[in-house]
Amino acid sequence: MRIDLEHLGLESGGDLLLRRAMRKLASGERLEVAGQHEELDLHLRAWCRTSGHRFDPASDPTRTLRGVITPATHFGKLPTERAGSASLAGVADRPLRHWGLAGRSAEVELGGPAFDFGLIDKMGLWTDDAGRLYARAAAAQWDPNEAIDWSVPIEHDEETEDAIVQVMTYLIENETAALLVPARFLGRIHPHFREVMQLLAIQSADEARHIEVFTRRALLKRAALGLSTVGGQASLKTLLDEPDFALASFLLSVMGEGSFLILLNFLHRYGPDPVTRSVARLAAQDEARHVAFGLAHLREHAASDSSLLARLAVAMQRRHSELAETAGLNERVFEALTVIGAGGFSPQEIGIGFNRVMQLQADMDSARRASLIRLGFSEADAQALSQLHTRNFM
Amino acid sequence: MSQPFILGAVAYDPKVVTIWEGFKEYFAQRGFAFDYVLYSNYEQQVLSHFDGQFHVAWNSPLAWIEAERLADKRGRKASAIAMRDSDRDLTGVIVTRRDGGIATLTDLKGKRVAIGAKDSPQATLIPLELIAMSGLAPGKDFEVISFNIGEGKHGDHIGGEREAAKALMANGADACCILDANRMLFAKEGTLPTAATQIVATTEPFDHCNFTVLDGAPQDRVDRFVQLLLAMSYTDPAVRPLLDMEGLKQWLPGRVSGYAALNRAVDRFRFLDRFLAA
Repeated sequence: MRIDLEHLGLESGGDLLLRRAMRKLASGERLEVAGQHEELDLHLRAWCRTSGHRFDPASDPTRTLRGVITPATHFGKLPTERAGSASLAGVADRPLRHWGLAGRSAEVELGGPAFDFGLIDKMGLWTDDAGRLYARAAAAQWDPNEAIDWSVPIEHDEETEDAIVQVMTYLIENETAALLVPARFLGRIHPHFREVMQLLAIQSADEARHIEVFTRRALLKRAALGLSTVGGQASLKTLLDEPDFALASFLLSVMGEGSFLILLNFLHRYGPDPVTRSVARLAAQDEARHVAFGLAHLREHAASDSSLLARLAVAMQRRHSELAETAGLNERVFEALTVIGAGGFSPQEIGIGFNRVMQLQADMDSARRASLIRLGFSEADAQALSQLHTRNFM
Repeated sequence: MSQPFILGAVAYDPKVVTIWEGFKEYFAQRGFAFDYVLYSNYEQQVLSHFDGQFHVAWNSPLAWIEAERLADKRGRKASAIAMRDSDRDLTGVIVTRRDGGIATLTDLKGKRVAIGAKDSPQATLIPLELIAMSGLAPGKDFEVISFNIGEGKHGDHIGGEREAAKALMANGADACCILDANRMLFAKEGTLPTAATQIVATTEPFDHCNFTVLDGAPQDRVDRFVQLLLAMSYTDPAVRPLLDMEGLKQWLPGRVSGYAALNRAVDRFRFLDRFLAA
């Protein structure tokens, strides 16, 4: 085969044409190279030497034919393998570490570094639903500046505003935990599980936005946040300290965010101002997706691993023991929720507010029990385990 | 544990440790005990080789000539046992600006010629020898501007050549001396555009590094070392990263036919007189 590079040199793309031509050579065939570039001889000599090809310069007095390339034996024969296939059916049970950052179905050159991903088993991470949940999350992203009218005046009394600031303070630290827990696992998941990786990334982005809007709401009329308690932080620290993805996901997404969702609905319903109601409503939409993912992959995991439910139960019992000596939900948050639920400070209104907070906790318990039953626990077990959930809600 | 076969190499870059650690593992997997010692410059490496500090040297072309001549002087014998495919038939080029009015080597009279490290075969010794063959004496008939980066490492560091090329483009020199592959690289990256520069002369082909042994080296282990090197395949995923780092596709048997130009340069400039007298 012969190729004419005309005036193109190898410093300007001629090597692309050479490789293209060489890929078309039959076995044993050589490539004659013609061209007019004044330094083409040097280019061919240097390029072939560094690429491992043999180059025989031509003795063509017209300098049209510049030489002949014999491709290196390795040319076009470097071993590769496919990183699974593009379809969901091609998600590997245990993707290889040297597939590294390659997308599913990519042709991966062998000999690359083995990545130190800690989470490489499909079981425990994966759900076929992850792609759909990610797409839903991507489509449901909202801009805090656009989605919330921050200019609406806050007209309620100062004590009610104090209650809102206290609840926002509590929400912020809970959402910070909800950002950090998936983010920590995100860096350890094999990227082969692309949809799960994307979902955890967008989940972290959701939480980043929640932290922003809760902070903005808290500081609308105040210069600083409210009280952060020992009991609250102790409860959240147990989430951050949980090294097992399935257990952390269960405690955070299913039990914690499941309860949180009910709380956000409470704030959406009883919040005294439109901004509070808006931030609660928007955050609740996102949290519902987080709960859905947690439930989906844990259900698949439980279906293929009969020991999972027992481990989840032990995790709840262990966390309950760790937190048994703490004060649980801090009094100020409880009071703030009561004030918000009351809508006023008359004994009758406070009585109503108190009952609404009682109902809130009962609703959280029902939601947790329903989730536990969906995971496969019996009604009796679900009831017992739900009672062990942290009094901090998350 | 059997005594390891020991290599001497110059640490021209931190990656040198990674490279020889990789080779050590490759050899170990094949039951060949291997280790290495690193030097900061080739002169000390050559002297240590003669002192019996190690068995085989990974020598630059100038270090090969140092070893060969020192062996002659001491009544010993140096042999080149293997080299990279990329070590064969290199050329150096002398590049000028197209608007510089220099079209031939003799036009360099009274001009400034930028070179790389003083001990670089490809960017200093061999091209200066080429110019000298045209009748111009360096430092006398033309000014030599040296970018002496990494002296003692015999031009293994590309920095000197790059600085020489930049000096040409900045009008700090009228010509620069670089390796053929770097001519193409610098053109590609824009340091030395082809449209603005031209090659006025090309050296004869020359060879680069080789593995050198001295007489008295344990022959069975030398043979096994060469055998294992030649068996390394670029298509082997475990081996390819090592070859990529060391810049080759295939090991070849050593040859000494490609050092004539450098030998002439060493003679003309009496470059090794002090080293050999020491």
